[in-house]
Amino acid sequence: MHAAASRRRPPVTERAPVRGIDAGLAPLLARLRMPGGLAGLAGLLAALVVVFGAAVPDFASGGTLQSVMFQMPELGLLSLAMLLPLISGGLNLAIIATANQAALLMAWLMRSWTPAGASGGTVALVIVAAMLAGLLLCVVIGLLTGALVAYTGVHPILVTLGTRSLLDGVSIFLTRGTIISGLPHQYAAVGNAVVLGVPVPFLVLIAAALACGLLLRRTAFGVAVFMVGSNIEATRYSAIDVRRVLVGVYLASSVLCFVAACLMLARFNSASAEYAQSYLLITILAAVLGGVDPFGGFGTVWGLMLALAILQVLASGSNLLGMSDYLKLAIWGLVLIGVMAAQTLAQRMKRRGP
Amino acid sequence: MNAPFLRLSGVSKRFGGVLALDRIDWDVMPGEVHCLVGENGCGKSTLIKIVAGVHPPDPGSVVAIEEHDVLPLTPARAHALGVQVIFQDLSLFPNLSVAENVGIAQVLTGLARPARFAAMREVARATLQRLAFDLPLDARVSDLPVAERQIVAICRGLAARARLLFMDEPTASLTRAEVNRLLAIVARLKAEGIAVVFVSHRLDEVVEIAERVTVLRDGRKVGTYAAAEVDERRIASLMTGLELNSGIVARDLAGAAPLLEVRGLSRDGEYSDVSFTLRAGEVLGLTGLLGAGRTELALSLFGMTRPDAGTIAVDGRTVTLRSNHDAICAGIAYLSEDRLNLGLNLRQSIGDNIVLAVLDRLRGALGLLSGAQRRATAARWVDRLNIRIPGLDHPVHTLSGGNQQRVVLAKWLATSPKILILDSPTVGVDIRNKQGIYEIVRGLAAEGVGILLISDEIEEVFATCDRVLHMRGGRIAGEAIPGRVSEAALRAQVYA
Amino acid sequence: MPERLRRSHEAWLLAVILVLGAVLAAIAPGFLTPGNFVDLIETYSVQGILALGLFVVLVSGGIDISFAATASVAQYLAAWLAARLHMPGIVCIPAGLLAGVALGAINATLIHFVRVTSIIATIATMSVYFALLMYFTGGKLISDLPDWWTDRIVFVQWQNAEGDLVRITLPIVMLVVAALFTWLMMTRSTAGRQLYAMGGNPESARRVGVAIGRLHYLAYGFLGFMAALGGIIQAHRVGESVPNAMYGSELTVLSAAVLGGASLSGGVGSVPGVLLGIVLLAILQNGLNLLGVSPYFFQIVIGLVILISTSFTMLATRGRHARRRVAAPAAGD
Repeated sequence: MHAAASRRRPPVTERAPVRGIDAGLAPLLARLRMPGGLAGLAGLLAALVVVFGAAVPDFASGGTLQSVMFQMPELGLLSLAMLLPLISGGLNLAIIATANQAALLMAWLMRSWTPAGASGGTVALVIVAAMLAGLLLCVVIGLLTGALVAYTGVHPILVTLGTRSLLDGVSIFLTRGTIISGLPHQYAAVGNAVVLGVPVPFLVLIAAALACGLLLRRTAFGVAVFMVGSNIEATRYSAIDVRRVLVGVYLASSVLCFVAACLMLARFNSASAEYAQSYLLITILAAVLGGVDPFGGFGTVWGLMLALAILQVLASGSNLLGMSDYLKLAIWGLVLIGVMAAQTLAQRMKRRGP
Repeated sequence: MNAPFLRLSGVSKRFGGVLALDRIDWDVMPGEVHCLVGENGCGKSTLIKIVAGVHPPDPGSVVAIEEHDVLPLTPARAHALGVQVIFQDLSLFPNLSVAENVGIAQVLTGLARPARFAAMREVARATLQRLAFDLPLDARVSDLPVAERQIVAICRGLAARARLLFMDEPTASLTRAEVNRLLAIVARLKAEGIAVVFVSHRLDEVVEIAERVTVLRDGRKVGTYAAAEVDERRIASLMTGLELNSGIVARDLAGAAPLLEVRGLSRDGEYSDVSFTLRAGEVLGLTGLLGAGRTELALSLFGMTRPDAGTIAVDGRTVTLRSNHDAICAGIAYLSEDRLNLGLNLRQSIGDNIVLAVLDRLRGALGLLSGAQRRATAARWVDRLNIRIPGLDHPVHTLSGGNQQRVVLAKWLATSPKILILDSPTVGVDIRNKQGIYEIVRGLAAEGVGILLISDEIEEVFATCDRVLHMRGGRIAGEAIPGRVSEAALRAQVYA
Repeated sequence: MPERLRRSHEAWLLAVILVLGAVLAAIAPGFLTPGNFVDLIETYSVQGILALGLFVVLVSGGIDISFAATASVAQYLAAWLAARLHMPGIVCIPAGLLAGVALGAINATLIHFVRVTSIIATIATMSVYFALLMYFTGGKLISDLPDWWTDRIVFVQWQNAEGDLVRITLPIVMLVVAALFTWLMMTRSTAGRQLYAMGGNPESARRVGVAIGRLHYLAYGFLGFMAALGGIIQAHRVGESVPNAMYGSELTVLSAAVLGGASLSGGVGSVPGVLLGIVLLAILQNGLNLLGVSPYFFQIVIGLVILISTSFTMLATRGRHARRRVAAPAAGD
């Protein structure tokens, strides 16, 4: 811990009138002056766009932007679901399992409740009812996970390893490993609609990111999450109910999984316990790339969004270059290692320099 | 006179722009018990680290052991020369046995060798025997009480053939009986010709058996004195460079309204049958040895633990404290003795630390926190307590000990408490800030806040409090009013 | 020493296993036969070998998620050398093991020199190792492994009363050898004791002169070696090399190590504990099979076992320390 403590990034600053997520432009500008902060990420993103734009003929078209906007939302929401526990000093390994189970429940309800030849109104009602059920499920999962983390004191890695296994087990057991499809087509139609050139899922991501930013920066709960992540005992001594904060963190994480489940359902038009499993570790990579301290206490929604954009631009660029998905995954891993190495190097130079 | 074991001459150390040590000349004789005292930040730890080979001193410095220049020094070389440091945290391995902790050197020889358990046990047994001390060799260190862990740490130093043993704040967490045991052990070491240097930021029991005392202040050596020549008051003024204000401020507040009434409070294994009254505007001292149950009592008054029996009344109304949130609602605030771990979120910003306990009160429209209010609240307290900060957004750990403590005070004062419990508020605070904190305390009392000041520094409670209680073995053992009782008499009572 | 026994994680685990075994033996007749038992051990031999490697890393105070990817890379490399270049076993197997050690050393470098937290570093390298393997192999399996690799090697065999053939095969022997070696290293060698010391208190370890860097390489290199060994044995058992066959077993192996008493905060755990952890998982799965419960149910049971055992251990320790809080100085921020 000692070595780690010495290279922690500077804490998130809040200055100037707060507006929008993460207090608008002022803190962003403030951080631009910090090496290894968001400036580095923004620079990396800009450099990638320029390089791909020059090297890949089709890259600089509107199509790329739209494909990024289509592909980012699910990973983005799942990463937000990982962000909150990470800032609180924990981890949620059950996010994919939670999202899949919610998606399965909603898909099953939609399929079994929709009568043949139902009118649009009925279908809408069924969809809303199914979504409420999915939300309820996620709330229950979140409360249980949070309670286990908060009241037993078991490391969140182990708790969520257990809940993940449990949830996946239940999902697989009930579906016998099959896919549930046959959703009302209206659901996918809304889920994949494009409003003013922006896909609906992307709008959902933006809304969720704004909500998370607001939650973290502008509520007592949010401040407490950072405090719990950096020193839970000192926070407890400051009369903050740290158990309630932890339950809240995993509840919020689980609810974000519900939103991700809704998007996945629209995109795949089906649900399965096996979907998106490879996203689990990528969400952690994205968060750490975005400047979240893996020990907790620090991290921003802004940084996470920048990191996701970097990953997505890399993916789109390499797709256009005809690289395989596996090569993309390898590149993502290497980028993370590269960024961390650069940060360590910058720290050492700074310590040695004046 | 024989040659000194350790001799430093002209040792300086600069960290960046700060001169931590300024041309120190110092020596330690073989078999001598020496006290190295000074306020926090005076350069004691830097000095130890130079002798232990952790930091290289600046060019021009000389460190000689048995008159041989030993620079440049590495930790391994320092060990080989017989210099061992017992850090305040003891640096033990809680998951290993006593034998392994003492004999750890036996397994540090390469990686692919058989671990010599028999040798390890033999070393541990022999070393414990040298100290005439008995500990189960197979016990896990995490299961031992602190005093016995300290014995293990001493044994590890001895097992590594120590000839000079630095002990950093060795008595901080020991009871008097344990201190006596430690002193007996030191006497044995001395008889074997091993030099022992006690390092401390205050004066305590170890001065009793020291032969010489060296005082450091602001990176310079003030002087080395024969222990018989100096008394505590003299050393304290040498340490601080100030003539301590020993004026008594005690007022008679017997007529003031009772603010906090504690009756028959007990908690199994921690304190029992504690009764006292704290009046409005009173500064009530609570002293006693570490482990007397002071902090445990304070934690119950702050709602962190539940008493088994007894009542707590605030303003005449009996309160039940289920959590510290309840305590704050009842107007009770508690400044912890452990500022670094329990008082502050060191890595977070100064502003957020100050408003942490009152976040609920800073809600604006829609239940959202108002950034402006957050900053205004923090800024107001920074201003009122005269905290010197580079900016509200900077992490707390960049501040000095004294300013950190003011940040903690600001956090609690922001809750507008009627009763403020201060647990060792001046530990790790330099003398100027100490005086500042006393002034704040007196100022708050003048405003009618009732203050329970917990401290094991007798002169502190004597000079600051209106009345002093002292605890022993979990019970209130006596009450004294500074002025009516002399400081020496109070000290005699507490250490009896 | 009843007190010591009562506090020993291994003793509790053994008790749970015995009770569970007795229950299963009573209701599932096929359970308590030597044949079933030996089969069980063989089935879990690969995971056991991986868990032993992971255990060493956990003791050192770190964690490694990349070992399944490492196992796959090492296995595929050896398989490719054997099936495509027709190299002899004396070349292929050391090459595979060496690859495992090398990948482990990369992890150690990232953790020690680049100062990346072990969980983040190994999540990243896991992605890289696995993705590159899939990219270069195109996911193609190698099914024409040479006979020297896939031939069943039986060390001892006998016929029991029911007439079943009980065989002690190579995977079982390798598991036993690996367990013995790990046990010797961790309890009887200087390296092992240094690893425990480092896991228990890294700062003190540095102060007394433990070479932290070397130990990082040792721990992650050892896990890389065990992963490669596990990978080679796995191919031996199934007779082919599938690039993603081992992928996804990370968390089961981690569960076994944690069930066996290894702590995520380092310095704690024992080889018998890890083996008992594996046995517990094996018995659970086998018992459920014999009872005719759907295999899909198994994962639910693992989840419950992890949640219950970790919560129980934690709450028990906390109860013991509740009133000793003041005596023990807290760790730093």
